Amino acid sequence: MTPVPPTSLATISHGLRRRNRTQFLIKTLGLAAVSLAFLTLLVLVGSLVSSGFHALTQTHIELAVHVDPKTIDKQKLPRGNFRDILQEALIEHLPPIDDRRLHRTAARLLSRGGEFELRDRVVANPALIGRIVLLKVPVSDPYDQLNKGLISRQTPEEFRRLSDQEIAWFDHLQANNVISRPINIGLLVNADSRFPEQAGLRGALVGSFWALLVCFMISFPLGIGAGIYLEEFAPRNRLSDVIEVNINNLAAVPSVVFGLLALAVFIGWFGLPRSAPVVGGLTLALMTMPTIIIATRAALKAVPPSIREAALAVGASPQQVVFGHALPLAMPGILTGTIIGMAQALGETAPLLLIGMNAFITSAPASPFDSATSLPTQIFIWADSPERGFVSRTSAAILVLLTFLISMNALAIILRQKFQKKW
Amino acid sequence: MFIAAIGGYAWNVRAARKLHEQGRRLVATSEYHGLYSLLVVLIPAQLLVLLWIVLQGPLIDYLQLKALPQAVPLEKGAQQLLLSEIKSIAGGRIFGTPEDWMLAAAERQTRLNKYGEWALIAVVLALVLSLLVYCRARVSIAFHARRRAEKIVYLVLMTCSIVAILTTIGIIASLLVETGRFLSHVPVTEFLFGLNWEPQIPIREDQVAAQGAFGWIPVLLGTLTITAVALFIAVPVGLMSAIYLNEFASGPMRAISKPILEILAGVPTVVYGFFAVLVVTPAIRDLGDMLGVVVSHNTALAAGGVMGIMLIPFISSFADDALSAVPQDLRNGSLALGATRAETVLQVVFPAAVPGIVGGVLLAVSRAIGETMIVVMAAGLIAKLTINPLDSVTTITVQIMTLLIGDTSFDNPKTLAAFALGMMLFGVTLAINVLALRIVHKYRELYD
Repeated sequence: MTPVPPTSLATISHGLRRRNRTQFLIKTLGLAAVSLAFLTLLVLVGSLVSSGFHALTQTHIELAVHVDPKTIDKQKLPRGNFRDILQEALIEHLPPIDDRRLHRTAARLLSRGGEFELRDRVVANPALIGRIVLLKVPVSDPYDQLNKGLISRQTPEEFRRLSDQEIAWFDHLQANNVISRPINIGLLVNADSRFPEQAGLRGALVGSFWALLVCFMISFPLGIGAGIYLEEFAPRNRLSDVIEVNINNLAAVPSVVFGLLALAVFIGWFGLPRSAPVVGGLTLALMTMPTIIIATRAALKAVPPSIREAALAVGASPQQVVFGHALPLAMPGILTGTIIGMAQALGETAPLLLIGMNAFITSAPASPFDSATSLPTQIFIWADSPERGFVSRTSAAILVLLTFLISMNALAIILRQKFQKKW
Repeated sequence: MFIAAIGGYAWNVRAARKLHEQGRRLVATSEYHGLYSLLVVLIPAQLLVLLWIVLQGPLIDYLQLKALPQAVPLEKGAQQLLLSEIKSIAGGRIFGTPEDWMLAAAERQTRLNKYGEWALIAVVLALVLSLLVYCRARVSIAFHARRRAEKIVYLVLMTCSIVAILTTIGIIASLLVETGRFLSHVPVTEFLFGLNWEPQIPIREDQVAAQGAFGWIPVLLGTLTITAVALFIAVPVGLMSAIYLNEFASGPMRAISKPILEILAGVPTVVYGFFAVLVVTPAIRDLGDMLGVVVSHNTALAAGGVMGIMLIPFISSFADDALSAVPQDLRNGSLALGATRAETVLQVVFPAAVPGIVGGVLLAVSRAIGETMIVVMAAGLIAKLTINPLDSVTTITVQIMTLLIGDTSFDNPKTLAAFALGMMLFGVTLAINVLALRIVHKYRELYD
């Protein structure tokens, strides 16, 4: 048989098959790329949740503490050896231990700091001395990990953080029903601590709040003012061009450079206090301002000229047009941009580290001038801490931060949907 | 102050109304007479208070130093220490038993502070009252209150936009000053061309261990290595997903995907850093063990890879903008000639969008160079002259952070080196940004 001479149709259909294959390939690659992005997000959130949910509960032990008048003197409050009576109470719950030296080992089950809760209660109500107080205190980190199954009992003893004896004690306590695992409220209401079981985010939340408040108070009026000026009043000359290029560039300057600026100018030259939320807020304000300016300009630009012209036609001055008509119509857009800018500011870490907001502080700041940490710097501190318990705390803190960010962004989206007008 | 300003508003409004009621025509409405008073009172008073707060501290410090007995050491650092000690005594926190002259100084501190407060109140009151009277006197038929008020508002708005410039000037000035001081310790050629970065300086004079070497080349190489790894991941993935979403995906797919990518863009970098340490680094090390490759503990692959993930939405959104800006007519024309969608994308739309995409990629490069938290948490600390991504490398930003975190004084080359690095970082990113914005801008004008 002679080979069939290729017709033009055959050439085309052969070529078409090849071309469709290319098309399929491109499309698949694209889909793969999108899926990869989603997958990483999923892995990111998944790993944070799977490690963070351990920190949502905290193992506690309930002890009946006899507040011994011999150890605790009413006259000497708030001093007194509260740790000892707490230890006594624990030993009584354990099977008898002959060796006195083992008492110290056993006492490591209690979190250091549990005695402060007892002390505060006794100081608030000295009548408790001589009576028996029911007290729920957190257990220390290794036991917490054991209870959550993060320390495996199968590991040989020498590689484990808890000895067989210690695990036996814990099991004994568990059998006596004094161990519980309530929701970890301390994560939100406690301040920072060296001990994972005591550490909480209160100081960081308050610090972030102050910093964001300062940031908002400065960047919002300044940003809107500058935006209005540049969009509505600035003469078209070299200076305006310089300002414009400058603002676009400021928005892209690395955040760590703003940190250097704050360190040199605010702290070095002006002598403002280190680690203070007010300095953090000022720095964040400088970083947020370009965002707000750009949002303001975009929102003002979106107001249709017919509205301006109508106002001008009935005799309004240019400023009356802006403040009476254009600005109110642009406000939803400006607010959306502001909220997004504030969300960015909330997640900003590097400049705050440079101005020293990574200090170890065990109380929440009372004013913006006190030393404090912020939510992201607290995450950084905890991520750097060697104790195992901080791994899940860090994840939990990140989840808290992400919750704030997502709600802020959701608010911005709702605002945009609700007030967006098509002209 | 605010009450006074509002009072001034009311006062002037009433005065103007009274004139109006007498049957005379004013050139400005009464509200504008009020507004004029409000602005004229409020703004100078605010400025005065701000200035006062800034100047009072240094002034009191100066007075204190002059009043101290002669025997006190007069070195600069010691002075600072002394002043803060006096302040803490004045604040009621006494450690140990301070000497008598210190107690006297603390007393003086409290007294000066109190004087300062009273003087501030008195001066502000006087200023506010005189301005109020002045404004009240200005109310008349012929007074153009609106024009005057608008002039003030205009100036205020202009000042706001000057702040943006001041920020840039502040950045440049602070970096330049500190870099200048750094270069007085370290010759500029050593900094720019030196191949060693060991910023440890001897604490004692006779210490042999570390002399300190400040050549930024290894740090720069590390930065470029990590940036390259990041772009190697971010550019293809970001670009392909933008092409897919823009040209192939259905409407709903697009509507769901874009917000999800935006979430990825909104995740703070400290979170990515933790992710790198918690998940990615162990995974890469396990993989390396499996393949029999020695992977360093802080491999550049982990930091760069996670940074790449961070940049995916960034590049994708820029590419998306660039692709959407290509006019539909070009696509229709290509499709009408019988090209497949893929051919249209590759041969028509993509080339037209290249300038915008290049601009986006350049901005991503500048982001990667300036990115801090991921590398601080996941990259190494020691500068090595290598571009092997399996090795541990350090970056400019990591060095800035490690040199400056902790207690720092502004007079040793170690601290100042951070500012010199910051200066280089600012210069490099600024150049890239200007270039990128210019490319994007130029391209946009093409189709408008």
